Amino acid sequence: MIDRRDFCKKALLIAGGMAIPLSALELFDPKRLQAEKSDPSPTRWAFLVDTYKCVGCGFCVKACKIENEIPYDANVTRTWVERYIVARDGKTYIDSPKGARDGFTSPKIDQGVEPPAEVRNEDIEKAFFVPKLCNQCDNPPCVQVCPVGATYQTPDGVVLVDRSWCIGCGYCIMGCPYGVRFFHPVYHVAEKCNFCYHRISKGMKSACVDACPFGARRIGNLKDPNDPVTRVIMTERVGVLKEEYGTKPQVFYVGLSREVK
Amino acid sequence: MVHGEAWTIKEFFCYPNEYIYWTIQIVMYPFMTGLVAGAFVLSSLYHVFGVKQLKEIARFSLVFSFALLPVAMLPLMLHLQQPQRGIEVMMTPHFTSAIAAFGIVFTTYALIVASEIWFVYRAYFVETATALGGKRERALWERILYLIYRILIMGAWDISHEAREKDEKAVKIVAATGIPVACFLHGYAGFIFGSVKANALWMTPLMPVIFICSAVVSGIALCIVTYTVTMELQKMISARKRQQKPWLPSTDELKSAEVLVVTMTSKYLLMFLVLAITLEILDLVFRGYTALKSWDILRSVIYDKDFFKIFVLQYGCGNAIPFVLLLLPRLSLKRVVFSSLLVLMGVFMMRWNVVIGGQAFSSSFAGFMEYRLPVWPGSMELFKEGLFGALLVAITPFVLFFGLTRILPVFNLKDSP
Amino acid sequence: MKSHVWRPLYIVVGVVALVLLARTILVPEDFGIGERGYMYGWHRKGNEADWKAVKVKYKTMDFCKECHQDKYNDLRHSPHAAIQCENCHGPALGHPDDPPTLTIDRHRDLCIRCHARLPYNGSGRGAIRGINPETHHPEAECVLCHYPHNPKLEAKR
Repeated sequence: MIDRRDFCKKALLIAGGMAIPLSALELFDPKRLQAEKSDPSPTRWAFLVDTYKCVGCGFCVKACKIENEIPYDANVTRTWVERYIVARDGKTYIDSPKGARDGFTSPKIDQGVEPPAEVRNEDIEKAFFVPKLCNQCDNPPCVQVCPVGATYQTPDGVVLVDRSWCIGCGYCIMGCPYGVRFFHPVYHVAEKCNFCYHRISKGMKSACVDACPFGARRIGNLKDPNDPVTRVIMTERVGVLKEEYGTKPQVFYVGLSREVK
Repeated sequence: MVHGEAWTIKEFFCYPNEYIYWTIQIVMYPFMTGLVAGAFVLSSLYHVFGVKQLKEIARFSLVFSFALLPVAMLPLMLHLQQPQRGIEVMMTPHFTSAIAAFGIVFTTYALIVASEIWFVYRAYFVETATALGGKRERALWERILYLIYRILIMGAWDISHEAREKDEKAVKIVAATGIPVACFLHGYAGFIFGSVKANALWMTPLMPVIFICSAVVSGIALCIVTYTVTMELQKMISARKRQQKPWLPSTDELKSAEVLVVTMTSKYLLMFLVLAITLEILDLVFRGYTALKSWDILRSVIYDKDFFKIFVLQYGCGNAIPFVLLLLPRLSLKRVVFSSLLVLMGVFMMRWNVVIGGQAFSSSFAGFMEYRLPVWPGSMELFKEGLFGALLVAITPFVLFFGLTRILPVFNLKDSP
Repeated sequence: MKSHVWRPLYIVVGVVALVLLARTILVPEDFGIGERGYMYGWHRKGNEADWKAVKVKYKTMDFCKECHQDKYNDLRHSPHAAIQCENCHGPALGHPDDPPTLTIDRHRDLCIRCHARLPYNGSGRGAIRGINPETHHPEAECVLCHYPHNPKLEAKR
């Protein structure tokens, strides 16, 4: 007969004994150590957005849609620009009509409610634009939740979607806290910004970066310490979006404000 | 038109790509798997724990659970944008995703239920097949049946006492392994939602547990309803047959047996109902008390936008009223069935409020989205993700159940395990 | 162990074998764990090349100036120097081999993207000279009066 004391002892021993090999696996995973030592990729793409410079012209969105063959009139987009207007009474108004494909040309705020809100010029406390795109997170939650391995991260940090393998369950769309994913209206599979992978892998810049006349969007290689974008990220005060989700986003922002969602 | 645009209405600031991507089919999916798991747990109460009073309903709910199984998959196939690629979940499973387990858990579960049915019905198969085989002339229908039974028997013709004892033992073991798998099947449906950290309403470790409890509740409730309805039909048929064959059980005998089974089952319903409500309320209280960043928008969804759906339909009509009805003295058959129907509605609303409610606000926390259920199936997409697609899913298990009972009769089998 | 009880197990084994067989047929050969491990790198390797092969549409100013040196010179010394040709003229695509692929857009919508006045001091927009598009010659194309390649030379038109 086994008494209680004995039982507790043995149970602890067994649990402890089982935990040791498991933790060893975590600590001494040789593959992982190897990977950390000899970095396989000389590149880690990162993005820098300067919200002071953005004027909300939306040329980036236009270029992106055409370059990446997202139907021009479909109400989805890989990148978009948001407008933030903080009024004197403390209320914040945010909008992004058609993802700012046609820019911001009116002071009227389009929030899907009639009539559109409008803040008089003298009542504006602060107002600015925030371009958004995929954050190519270091811990991409969208990749983690893909049930079939149709979305993945390349060695240089870009998250791609395999259009021939995606089953279209939408779990990745649900898993992204930034709302950058959607279903492609033609291919009916998950779609997202990929930093114009076809351009950056040819030594070009992404279409939105090239289209931006104000230098609000820049792309660079984090593993190159002399890259001007890396210099800014390393030496200046930059922020990221929704850090609390632990996604480690790799799109850095200059001039973020607490109102930015 | 972009997927989701047809039924999403946005208000204030939502990200441009945000739509209600998970619609009625994803409401049906946990509802249906819930029924599967619940029906199975109910049958296991007899097979494993030996709750004798549930003998009659146990075989019934086992077969019903099997009929519900393919229907747990149907809403997913209707939901996928590329349903023809659904098999990839088995081909290249990515186990860091909760959905990846679906193929394996689902297949395991299907095999468990199928083999349990096999053990329960083997003796019947053999007896029927022997009887049919002994016949001189067989009608076409009988010939088909004979063939089916012969395949189902898989060469195991031995129905000696020892062999049947082995069957009984096997049922017990299979049913016992089935319970954790059934709970896993459904708990993981809860995990699919609970693990989405991007969704403030879904993300809670309680989600799988809440899902299992409400699954059992809904499964039992549906079994009660279907059981009563089929029993009523039986009574009508037997009343007619008794005119020629007076040795059949009388209507009153059937009736008393039925009432006993149903009131007994309703006790278990009540038990799981209490557990489910407790957990849901705990979740709500906890969210309000800790009041994280997302609470502002959650509060306006829960207490304002979805107030009617959550507090009136789900908690009020779906939980509180049946709870009281089942506790009041002199429980009658009609009252149990009525309460069960309310409970079913309540669990459905709970799924709705989780799936649709979780998408009722933008992840920007600055805007709302409203789901307008497409009624008229003007296109394939509107059919699949609209009212008629949901009805299709809701009706299929009953059709399947009818078909199954042609081969696996659930009543008047006196001496099988 | 010769007992009928094990028969359902044969079915199970059969199902597993079937799945494994299907895997060898249906899974592409280059499917595997990539550099980012199983969690983030489980994919078909060939897809990376698929994405790299997407056609480039916007070829940037460097491409345009090879033929349109004059326009480029105009633009280079103007306040519009930072604006890519393709922002207004559309992506080069097959141009010049296939001229119709180049869209020429003179619409005022292009100009008011920046020049509709919005006094937002938190961004560069507030510093851009702007008009109210509803009152500033709403029916006319901007290029009637303004020369977009060098807006300083307003008299040129």
